[in-house]
Amino acid sequence: MTDAVQAVLEGYPQARRDALIPILQAVQAKEGYLSTEAVIAVGQHLKLPTSKIYGVATFYNQFRLTPPGRHHVQVCRGTACHVKGSAAVLSGIQRALKIEPDQTSKDGEYSLEVVACIGACGLAPVVAIDGAFFGDVKAEDAAALLARAREMEVGDE
Amino acid sequence: MSERAQLHPMEGTLSWRLFGPRSDAQARESWYSGEGVALKREAVERLTLYIGAGTCGLGAGAGETLKAVKREIKARGIEADIIEVGCVGLCSAEPILDAQRPGQPRVSFAHVTHDKVKPILDALLDRDQLYGEVLGQYDAPPSTPPRRDALPISVHPFFRAQHRRVLSRCGIIDPVDIHAYIAHGGFRALADTIHQRTPEEACEAVIESGLRGRGGGGFPTGVKWRFALKEGADQKYLICNADEGDPGAFMDRAVIEGDPYRLIEGMALAAYAIGATKAYVYIRAEYPLAIARLRRALDQARAWGLLGANIMDSGFDLDVYVKEGAGAFVCGEETALIHSIEGKRGMPRPRPPFPASRGLFNCPTIINNVETLANLPDILPDRAAEMAALGTASSKGTKVFALSGKVKHTGLVEVEMGTTVRQIVMEIGGGCPNGKAFKAAQIGGPSGGCIPTQHLDIEVDYESLKTVGAMMGSGGLVVMDEDTCMVDVAKFFMDFIQRESCGKCIPCREGTRRMLEILEQITRRRGQEGGFDALHRMQGVAQLEKLAGVIADTSLCGLGQSAPSPVLSTLRFFRDEYEAHVFERRCPAGACEALKRYSIIEEACVGCTLCKKACPTDAILGSRKNPHYIIEERCIGCGACLDACRLDAVAVAR
Repeated sequence: MTDAVQAVLEGYPQARRDALIPILQAVQAKEGYLSTEAVIAVGQHLKLPTSKIYGVATFYNQFRLTPPGRHHVQVCRGTACHVKGSAAVLSGIQRALKIEPDQTSKDGEYSLEVVACIGACGLAPVVAIDGAFFGDVKAEDAAALLARAREMEVGDE
Repeated sequence: MSERAQLHPMEGTLSWRLFGPRSDAQARESWYSGEGVALKREAVERLTLYIGAGTCGLGAGAGETLKAVKREIKARGIEADIIEVGCVGLCSAEPILDAQRPGQPRVSFAHVTHDKVKPILDALLDRDQLYGEVLGQYDAPPSTPPRRDALPISVHPFFRAQHRRVLSRCGIIDPVDIHAYIAHGGFRALADTIHQRTPEEACEAVIESGLRGRGGGGFPTGVKWRFALKEGADQKYLICNADEGDPGAFMDRAVIEGDPYRLIEGMALAAYAIGATKAYVYIRAEYPLAIARLRRALDQARAWGLLGANIMDSGFDLDVYVKEGAGAFVCGEETALIHSIEGKRGMPRPRPPFPASRGLFNCPTIINNVETLANLPDILPDRAAEMAALGTASSKGTKVFALSGKVKHTGLVEVEMGTTVRQIVMEIGGGCPNGKAFKAAQIGGPSGGCIPTQHLDIEVDYESLKTVGAMMGSGGLVVMDEDTCMVDVAKFFMDFIQRESCGKCIPCREGTRRMLEILEQITRRRGQEGGFDALHRMQGVAQLEKLAGVIADTSLCGLGQSAPSPVLSTLRFFRDEYEAHVFERRCPAGACEALKRYSIIEEACVGCTLCKKACPTDAILGSRKNPHYIIEERCIGCGACLDACRLDAVAVAR
């Protein structure tokens, strides 16, 4: 178990079951995903079988069991985005990254996730990269958008 | 114990003077007409700039605009207040910048990208002129003359037909400044209710107002409260459902981002009426900005003594906790949501017992939606009749819709119940852009249905929407034009529902998957069929409606029971589109990729090989400088050749 997971668990002394989801969210926020070790550690901390933890972790869309890429790309597939062509945007991004949803590119640079709705329907179709929203995206913009996200990071550093 | 120790910790503070048990009307009024006026910012003493910094604003580039504004103010060396407000609702006009100079009304500008900040401020500050796209000017106090070169914002086509109650302050006030909320009359309803009304009276007032659940069900809120109030448990809970999993709905997010105190006040009112001392806000983790603003607002409310123990010496205690949802549509269902807060898989259980008698941790629990709760400060303690006067016979007040899709003005729309869908789409939304023909409005998300052209004059009302197979739902309203394929829309919703089905009951888990398969079969290319696929396809079509009926009748929870609605609704109004897909294997709207037939126009092709290189399935033959050819059996209809061709030599047949 890593120190980060340990630190999260120490923040929840004598936690009961209702703390499970907040704990998993905190672990994922620190580590980027839920590792097998983390799932086991959370189970021991809450005195619950690992299977129960795993059951919850796999039930909710938010939890990832594999490490994300350095840039996390979320493509919204809500109704408004769908009507405005998000399927084409998604395939454009898939082609540019050469990965399927829920995968991470080989160089560990990008991971792709399809989300049900990020609630910015007025700007459909929407793509979020590392939490920054981009509205009115077109399929052919996909590659440029990914490059821009990379630049933004360089600019911030 | 000495008398000193018994003093309420808020004694003597502004909060106490305004909301304490002995606050008198005169003292209050003098504050509102004095300090309060400045806090409301109806008139300002120095330049004030407001930037719409909700999630949609930021997505449209408000972050850059904000930086540009700060730069410009610094470069000019002037003093100005820069305020990040929530979303005013007109998402398609974002980023929105409002400017207010001393002695002048507040003026709103649309599409203010970072490069437009300088020209707008130059014109306004140097020449007192308006530059760029002006949305309108806000009403100002009588002492401030209106500008002669701008229309009032209330006559803008997007705002004209709206009746804003819940959204009245969204995008206008500083969402995290409790002073601004209080200056606008906030927390008076709470103070007056907890000091002057019993919980029974509060329930009565809400029943009288006619308020019904805005999350979709439409159950009378006051009646539900009374069930919980009558339970004699030691501990009761209130849960605010801000999970908003319905794709295409974002009003809860906007209310929390733009006016979080309104929700907090509404929650405190509801908790008081049912006798709950603990409350949860179950909010989607996908809404980080809303969560941050809500947490800040909660801290402020606690510091002001408007939450916590013995609120304003009334003996009423309330603590509010934020629980982040982890992304499961089914958690919009009450019992599933409770399981999720308890740290379990979010699966529903049979009802009864209803949560009002046995809910969270087996205690009586009331679950209300954000919009329902946000209505309360305008109902309690004595304004129920005002709301009851609005709307239709069975649906009172207003409803917020999230208008999106193929419509000119996208955003949040709050209309009086009884407004027609035509008014919302055509008048407020401005109709479909680019001269396309309107086809349908999808209302109520995955549980709702489509409203076609011939039913556009239907009134927004819980009952009348059901007559056309739609439902109010949480208020997502997605407009579709002639380029949208209704079979594809039905497939989209079935795909969503079968992924989000929790898997507990068989009709929903298996049935929705089978329905999706049937829809996939009719939108698939014939070239990809083999064996008995064609037979299965026809069988599926014949049984689609029957299967839908079984799922609706036998599923455990609302998610499953309403799961077939998108299919039934599109079948009812757009059967001809289904028939074109089934019998002619073509998509009239040209949206189903796999049914498109691509060919290369020999005369136009110069043999540049770009299409051949782009084709992912090697379906294109041809050598350099000779016309190419597409093998139909290999083509998957992705359209890559069409995108690659620079000479318009690829033809598509619908």
